[in-house]
Amino acid sequence: MTGLSEEDWTAILLSLKVASVATLASLPVGLALAYILARFRFPGRTLLDGLIHLPLVMPPVVTGYLLLLSFGRKGPIGAFLDECCGLVFSFRWTGAALAAAVMGLPLMVRAIRLTLESQDRRLEQAAGTLGARPLFVFATVTLPLALPGILAGSILSFAKALGEFGATITFVSNIPGETQTIPAAIYTFTQVPGGDANALRLTAVSIVISLFALIASEILARRLNRQVASFS
Amino acid sequence: MIEIDVGLARANFTLAVKFTAGEGVTALFGESGAGKSTVLHLVAGLLKPDRGRIVVNGTVFTDMAAGIFLPAHRRRIGYVFQDALLFPHLSVRQNLTYGRWFTKAEPNGITLDQVTELLGIGALLDRRPTTLSGGERQRVAIGRALLASPHVLLMDEPLAALDIDRKREIIPYIQRLRDELKLPILYVSHAIEEVARLADRVILMAQGQVKSDGPPQQVLSPKAGPGDDRFARASILTTTKPSYDPDYQLTQVSHPAGAITLAGRLLPQDGPIRVVIRATDVTIALSKPRELSIRTALRGKVSAISEPLGAVVMVEVELEGGEILAAAVTRKAVDELGLGEGDQVHCLVKSVSIDDRLMAIKD
Repeated sequence: MTGLSEEDWTAILLSLKVASVATLASLPVGLALAYILARFRFPGRTLLDGLIHLPLVMPPVVTGYLLLLSFGRKGPIGAFLDECCGLVFSFRWTGAALAAAVMGLPLMVRAIRLTLESQDRRLEQAAGTLGARPLFVFATVTLPLALPGILAGSILSFAKALGEFGATITFVSNIPGETQTIPAAIYTFTQVPGGDANALRLTAVSIVISLFALIASEILARRLNRQVASFS
Repeated sequence: MIEIDVGLARANFTLAVKFTAGEGVTALFGESGAGKSTVLHLVAGLLKPDRGRIVVNGTVFTDMAAGIFLPAHRRRIGYVFQDALLFPHLSVRQNLTYGRWFTKAEPNGITLDQVTELLGIGALLDRRPTTLSGGERQRVAIGRALLASPHVLLMDEPLAALDIDRKREIIPYIQRLRDELKLPILYVSHAIEEVARLADRVILMAQGQVKSDGPPQQVLSPKAGPGDDRFARASILTTTKPSYDPDYQLTQVSHPAGAITLAGRLLPQDGPIRVVIRATDVTIALSKPRELSIRTALRGKVSAISEPLGAVVMVEVELEGGEILAAAVTRKAVDELGLGEGDQVHCLVKSVSIDDRLMAIKD
């Protein structure tokens, strides 16, 4: 496995960083959206659901272009964030993370929402009758019972982030060391003569990472399920 | 002290109840869909009434006219659900102490040790709810409710999901709660044996209304019975002086209309014993039978014969001593015996159909 070049390592570490940040950053957002969709009925709910799912069905290039328009230096949100907090997305690894987060969000929301919807809400009522205020109920009952779904959603989002290509390259281009993740690196290697060996090595690496993530999540999920398995 | 006077429109009926309940067990009794559980939900704050007031120990929980609706977590009620609803991700101990988080300031609340002793769950503390039997779960659920130091205990058919053996396991614990804790307990049930055994007072509900209200013998007597379902009809007789025959393993108790023989052993008991007899277990004879396996024959006279429902007629017999016993018999039998009001009859009850499950021990 030491046959990896420095370029390869750069792309691998960048990919892991981008995917981790994308997953962690989208977790609270995904959780909040899933909770709102699972527990509340309000006008515009279907529209919100549709907007969240849009990146799943739109061409990734379109998502990337929309991100560029809104979060780019000259875009309304991008300019504001740059001014207020010095947060820049365009042509930075942070932009790659944002693109990955947006692409992975629908998968995360779906998974979390499913567990929330399948929960026995009377458990929350029971906690309430014992004196727990709603926020405490959420933290001690709702959230722990939703952990398997949260885990599944995070893994899906992480995997999606590792493989994200179209939106990323459209939004933040393909800059080695900054925005060139594994898929972009593989693509680049296939475009130059003699790059096949590098492309193959990186392909092998991404297979290994994906398998590892899947197996780890499977083991964790099994342990969690044993703990929170509800009885009938 | 619970004071309720509320109204709520539901899909299939309009609930309108008004009653007060003090210490001891007040049973809300009636068929499914009568609105019993709805009343508990209203007291717990899980449901908002259209109008009315609910006051517990002087605290206004709900007063729709004044716009007061205290959320469930500020009501200090203990709610025991039919299916326990233990938190599956917490151990038994963590389940039990969950309510403690919010009542730490309570000076003289019941302790974990007292609760585990009272309910016999000391050995289960480190187990997970998924590994408990149904009866154990329900006991833990009761303990969890008690440890939140409630001012009133609401029990929503706590035994309905359990088989007969689990019921027998839990009933003595609920009796201890009733006798040892000075708590008002609202107990919802549609099982006459449970109500007869546990209740100090019964509120009979139908279609969202209170149909009658009083001590069990009075409310559960045949005339006020829960409808025309012959399998739901039962009578409660008050008996005294049990004696046990170890040879035959039979218990005999005294009643003004004759001795009643029961299968099994009744623990020595000084006070009166309530015996529940189902209408379908009673046979009517015009003369005292001989050469028959039946050991229990109660004397009385026919006080009412109901309109037939298909093949079945409900005959009410006023036993010597004044209590009423209902018997479900066929219309054909009534005609062939020529039964009429005022006839002297003997009511035969199979000993094996009453045992200590149907026995209500009170005071």
